[in-house]
Amino acid sequence: MDVVLAAASTPDFPAVLVAVVLTPLVGAVVLAVLPRRSSMLQPVAALFMLAAAALVAWVVVDYTAGAGGFAYLIDQSWVSRIGFSWKLGVDGISLFMLALTALLFPLATLAASPSRDRKSYFVWLLILEFGCLGVFLALDLLLFFLFFEVVLVPMYFLIGQWGHGNARRSAVKFFLFTMFGSALMLVGVLATAFLHSAAAGVPLTFDLVTIAESQVISASAARWAFLAFALGFAVKVPLAGLHTWLPDAHTDAPTAGSVILAGVLLKLGTYGFVRFGLYLFPEASRFFAPLMLTFGVVGIVYGAAVAAMQRDLKRLIAYSSVAHLGFIVLGIFALNVEGLSGGLLQMVNHGITTGALFLLVGWLYERRHTREISELGGLARPAPIMAAVFLLVTLASVGLPGLNGFVGEFLVLLGAFSSHRWWAVAATVGVILAAVYLLWAFGRVFWGRATGENAKLPDLSWRERLVVAPLLALILFLGIYPRPVLDRMEPSVEHLVQHLEEHAPSGADSARPSVGQASP
Amino acid sequence: MSPSVDWAALLPQIFLGGGSLVMLTLGTLVRKRAPWWLPNVLGIGLTLAAFGSVVWQWVRVQDPSRGAFSTIAGTVQIDGFAVFLSGVVVIAALLALVFAPFSIRRAGLPPEEFSVLLLLSAAGGVTLASANDLIVLFLGLEVLSIAAYVLAALDLRRAGSQEAGLKYFVLGAFASAFFLYGAALIYGAAGSTKLDSVAAALAAGAGSNARGMLLAGFALLLVGLFFKVAAVPFHAWTPDVYEGAPSPAVAYMAAGVKAAGFAALLRLFAGTFSASSADWRPAVAVVAVITVLAGSALGVISGDVRRLLAYSSIGHAGFILVGLESAGANGTSASLLYLGVYAFMALGSFAVVMVMGRDASGSQPLAAYDGLARRSPWLALGFTLLLLAQAGLPFTTGFWAKFEVIGAAVQSRTYWLAAVSMLGAVVAAFVYLRLVVRMYLVRPGADGDALASQKSGVGLADDSRSGDEDSDSRPPVAVPRSVGFVVAVCAAVTLFFGVWPAPLLNLAGDATLAVLGG
Repeated sequence: MDVVLAAASTPDFPAVLVAVVLTPLVGAVVLAVLPRRSSMLQPVAALFMLAAAALVAWVVVDYTAGAGGFAYLIDQSWVSRIGFSWKLGVDGISLFMLALTALLFPLATLAASPSRDRKSYFVWLLILEFGCLGVFLALDLLLFFLFFEVVLVPMYFLIGQWGHGNARRSAVKFFLFTMFGSALMLVGVLATAFLHSAAAGVPLTFDLVTIAESQVISASAARWAFLAFALGFAVKVPLAGLHTWLPDAHTDAPTAGSVILAGVLLKLGTYGFVRFGLYLFPEASRFFAPLMLTFGVVGIVYGAAVAAMQRDLKRLIAYSSVAHLGFIVLGIFALNVEGLSGGLLQMVNHGITTGALFLLVGWLYERRHTREISELGGLARPAPIMAAVFLLVTLASVGLPGLNGFVGEFLVLLGAFSSHRWWAVAATVGVILAAVYLLWAFGRVFWGRATGENAKLPDLSWRERLVVAPLLALILFLGIYPRPVLDRMEPSVEHLVQHLEEHAPSGADSARPSVGQASP
Repeated sequence: MSPSVDWAALLPQIFLGGGSLVMLTLGTLVRKRAPWWLPNVLGIGLTLAAFGSVVWQWVRVQDPSRGAFSTIAGTVQIDGFAVFLSGVVVIAALLALVFAPFSIRRAGLPPEEFSVLLLLSAAGGVTLASANDLIVLFLGLEVLSIAAYVLAALDLRRAGSQEAGLKYFVLGAFASAFFLYGAALIYGAAGSTKLDSVAAALAAGAGSNARGMLLAGFALLLVGLFFKVAAVPFHAWTPDVYEGAPSPAVAYMAAGVKAAGFAALLRLFAGTFSASSADWRPAVAVVAVITVLAGSALGVISGDVRRLLAYSSIGHAGFILVGLESAGANGTSASLLYLGVYAFMALGSFAVVMVMGRDASGSQPLAAYDGLARRSPWLALGFTLLLLAQAGLPFTTGFWAKFEVIGAAVQSRTYWLAAVSMLGAVVAAFVYLRLVVRMYLVRPGADGDALASQKSGVGLADDSRSGDEDSDSRPPVAVPRSVGFVVAVCAAVTLFFGVWPAPLLNLAGDATLAVLGG
């Protein structure tokens, strides 16, 4: 633990993370007192989100990787009786999740404005950002759980009140699935804290670093606790089999909702696996890694196959998320530096590309009032800029070298191949499938002859171009020069892998799957 | 020789019980000339005085140099536990009185009887909470219950209310008989009715030569008290009574009577019988699980809001039993916390239910809430907050109540109980969502339930719902100031202590320290 604390840089502005988390909440309160039909609602909401983004940008630039520990630590006791504290901190793993969140929220807010009840819409968005930022910064098990759970409420209202189609049903489904997942997580949180305090002989604490570094919980108990946490994360990710809420929620949510769902909310699950799976339960993570990898591969192949069959463009992208998230899980549970960095980078990439895709589909839907691929066609002629942007984002999503998706995917496969070869081989099939269905969809929507309404499609407006521009810039930047990101990530990832090796050496385990795989 | 009496210990009972008897006497003399609001105001004054004396008792009990004390030959014990639950009962009576005028005026409840019976019942509850003797416990239980039976039947013009009163009375009397029989058997086995003597006798092994008698006593006491707190399978009266009885009375029952019932359960089992916890814990565990699951599941299928909240209160009773099951100081303080915060959620919720009224058949279908967020946004917001708190969402007191209870179960290594209860909580969350969906997501007059899947071609032109549509023909719900006040107070308490739970957790913790530690 001393190592970790020593690594923390001494910041000029120690409370910056508190400011980051609370800015959206203050924004929500300010917005709540504005008049219902004020024209200032959207600008004010965006202003607070941009303020949070500016603070996060400062953190990203100011962050010095050091030895991979947590920086800008804030530890303020909240309920001393149960050892619960308001502990925030950032390291290379959460830094870019934070940046992604801070980036996507203002864009999603500026991208579209609902036609009714705008005030509560923006208030919910701000509360949602508060929750998401909190999840990525919390270093206390209980605080993390609070944020993880509170995210449900705003998202539920966003889908249900401003969604399309069967929005109510999708909202309830989303809420219940996720709550089901996190119900057992609370038991896991409590069990971990109590077992730690009993085994270590210290007062009850929910401090992540203390519990993770001590590793005093018995292996069998840790495996159960891991499963309790994993179920919550697995629903959120979602792993194949627990994913049925995702296509409905993504498709029926309003544009901003889809962007945030795909871009940020799914990452809560994968981030949770890294921070509260691998770090907290290294031995259990290694024990269950083959299982998780299998889930990842099944997700990749299944998501791709189902996406290929979708007729609704938004649903297609939603299923492609299942496949992409499978990749991320594959990278994380490769349990080595390459896989983890790839998975983390892929989390950022997926947020950017899928966020952009949902924005584009949302704009398309505003213009054409349909998302049926069969009813669209030849849109490249009336809307060349939209087509170009769409193509670039699609290629990034497919993983074209030179764009951001490639770097992450490559690292994931590299990591998975070196530790779990056959899973990596199976996953490569998914790479090919993804190229097939995404490009096929692009071709059907944008190429060919435009007839009827398709021929009169207005191109992207200046405002829309401005919203999507930062995402395009990042797609290119991260594709060509990912070093600044990887440099900040790597010490923390190495620290985590070292922690894994220390408490669950890979030697004994890595032999097992290759033996198991040799027989069939 | 009569025992010495420390009147300070009895102050709440004097204000509540004595005050109600004085009111009753005066009422027979001046009834014709008294305005309708006078009994209500007097009742509020008396409960406030009782609350003041409870606070004073709390300060005295928590003062390390004075501590818990007992009086009337040790049959009444004023300790942290007793004072905490007395406080809950008194607050329940106070807030029920505050929002009762609405019901008194609209349904024509007799104002004087309502105040008198409520005060009397609360006096019984306070007695129950501070009883240290099986006889006094029974005395408190009967005063509490008999007044509550009449309260349930007070809406004389409605058959549903009388049905509720009769059902409650018949089943309640039955349960009291169980309790009394159980108390007699415990007396037979332990040789005393005083709880500390019983505890000492059990610890010294008194049960070993009369084990059958002791176990039968436990079982009968449990049955009697499970009925009072509406645990499954002794819950059958609850939905009918909650549906039929006047809403202020129901609010008091859910918050106050339940707290008093649990006072007896916790005092007897977590306190007095803790030496034989191996005997009763399995029974409580099974009942707790069944109660959580059945309460939540039955809420899913009920079509009336009062019945739905009745089932939800059954589910909450299950969670409080989870705290009892862990049989320790932590479990007891968790249960106390739960009772305290649930009281506010229940009072606020039933205040909302009251203003929403009844339809011609005397029930309140879920459809009454369709589009409420548009018609009465503040009422809908307050109710939503209270419902989400009951679902246990973070940053509400409901979360901390569940957290503490599940924590107690985890700490006593009953993981299965914790896990199954949490799954029950998810089902319960769906129940509350049904109402939230109604308020926010359903247009009035539109189709039914959120899950009544009307599979429209997914994602296809369904923008009929966009565009400003304030075209709800129904007028906003008229919310009198008293009701608005109660809902606002309950919602504020729920949210404020949800964000800053330390004082609450400390309060509940201190309440048990003074009993089990000292």
